[in-house]
Amino acid sequence: MSTRKKVLWWIGGAVIVLYALFPIAWIISISLKAPSDIANGQFAPTKVSWQNYRDILTGSASDLFLPALRNSFGICLIATAISCLLAMFAAYAIARLDFRGKRLILSTALGVAIFPVISIVTPLFNVWRQIGLYDTWPGLILPYLSLTLPISIWTMSAFFREIPWEMEQAAQVDGATTWQAFRKVIVPLAAPGVFTTAIIAFFIAWNDFVYGIVLTSTEAARPVPAALGLFSGASQFEDPTGAIAAAAVIVTIPVVVLVLLFQRRIVAGLTNGAVKG
Amino acid sequence: MTQTTMPPVDKTSPVSAPHGKISDRARSERRLGWLLAGPAFVVMLAVTAYPILQAVYESLFSYRLTDPDNRSFTGLTNYWVILTDSLWWQSIWVTVLITVVTVAVELVLGFALAMVMAKALSSIRPVVRAAILIPYAVITVVSAFAWQFAFDINTGFVNSWFAWLPGISADTDWFGDWGTSLLVICLAEIWKTTPFISLLLLAGLAQVPEVLQEAAQVDGATWWQRLWRVTIPNMKAAIMVALLFRSLDAFRVFDSIFIMTAGANGTESVSFLAYRQTIARLEIGLGSAVSVLLFIVVVMIAMAFIKGFKVDLSSARGE
Repeated sequence: MSTRKKVLWWIGGAVIVLYALFPIAWIISISLKAPSDIANGQFAPTKVSWQNYRDILTGSASDLFLPALRNSFGICLIATAISCLLAMFAAYAIARLDFRGKRLILSTALGVAIFPVISIVTPLFNVWRQIGLYDTWPGLILPYLSLTLPISIWTMSAFFREIPWEMEQAAQVDGATTWQAFRKVIVPLAAPGVFTTAIIAFFIAWNDFVYGIVLTSTEAARPVPAALGLFSGASQFEDPTGAIAAAAVIVTIPVVVLVLLFQRRIVAGLTNGAVKG
Repeated sequence: MTQTTMPPVDKTSPVSAPHGKISDRARSERRLGWLLAGPAFVVMLAVTAYPILQAVYESLFSYRLTDPDNRSFTGLTNYWVILTDSLWWQSIWVTVLITVVTVAVELVLGFALAMVMAKALSSIRPVVRAAILIPYAVITVVSAFAWQFAFDINTGFVNSWFAWLPGISADTDWFGDWGTSLLVICLAEIWKTTPFISLLLLAGLAQVPEVLQEAAQVDGATWWQRLWRVTIPNMKAAIMVALLFRSLDAFRVFDSIFIMTAGANGTESVSFLAYRQTIARLEIGLGSAVSVLLFIVVVMIAMAFIKGFKVDLSSARGE
């Protein structure tokens, strides 16, 4: 390849990296601005200040942010665990067994995945208030399953299809018991698929805003995106911009690190489930 | 235009029972299948079918939470009220506009990104691929805030950076106007979701047989001709699946609008309209009717794609 072509590729790559990172860099930059700096009309702060992080972690806004962080982690982890468990059984059946209704299950997952969330949430708002699920963890975990379960079933069945299941029999022929064959052969082969599915499902739950804002009213269950959305409304502090930016950075960085660590698997998971020739 | 596509590869599938009468083995396999997949199936129905039926039921009543004693059956009146209201048609127009603009831009941009990821030097490829995933991992609300702060008249840098462009000055209020608000909303949506579409397209690109590309090259086809005659026809299924998913996803747009404009200046989407009726105005009956109508529109779009464009969803289900 000629040098000119190489240079062009490098420029193209740099443009893409810039595209992806620019808004992140910007939100980090605001989070480091002192209150007097927020409206300076510049990208970078004139002087780095940690005030915004102090505000949301220990200061005036911490009683809004920290409970939300706890809720988000708890609710998303439980929803992910439940949907992965249910999806594991379903995906096993879809990948290994031949039974009528397989198509129906996969089509249902597809239908649920494209379901407009707002159509689910309006009736739930009313029903949840009547049966006491409004503003509770289970009240969010249940509807979160509508987000996480379809993608889990899809992604996992795509992964499970790739598993050479014959190896289980091979191990049994070699003298392994059924349980040994399952534990020593199948589990290690299936684990990466389950793990990747869990990450993708967690993202989707973590990203939710509609359920969070409609089905909660206090810090008892309100997750981070909803809390962020309402920061601007709360008049607890003068200008919420810096605090929002700091909170946004705190909830973004771990997820970005997770993505970078497992990027190969996540790409495989996202594309396997969706497009297959 | 001739297009050559490779036949689908058969997957190894379990030995199935002979057709005709159901053998004992097939019956027990079917029972086991439903035993394993049943719980997931039931949960999926419980969290979607039940609420939508509840919404259909509630949409037939005139019911306001602030006035619960005056709940009365009014039949299809709510639907009539909505469909004759300009607010509904305004929100449909906004939603369609956002959907068409973002999906069109994302398709082109996502295709370019996919091409770069597929063809780039092996030293750049992992970096590009990792970078692409970052917008996907960012919460929509966070992305909306980042874009809002960037364009905001007080906190933003866009006005001072682009002051040299005609029409932009230090006091350009991007969120004070319908067109410019929608522009920023679209930018945020495009930034956030292009990676997803480009990954789907990348998977499609990988399915284009290399032999066809080489044959076309030998026959003297230009890069442009190969793109339109070989690459795109061969990944039509992937393009259609990506379009279907993104269109339906874009049609639900809510988060960015809530954060950036809260529906001001006529930027309300259908989802936002349903939210405002139910949650802000506590009009359960009207809000439910909007939700049901939104659901019907989404189903219609999906049907149009599947029937009209013959999107093969079995390829989307990994079969």
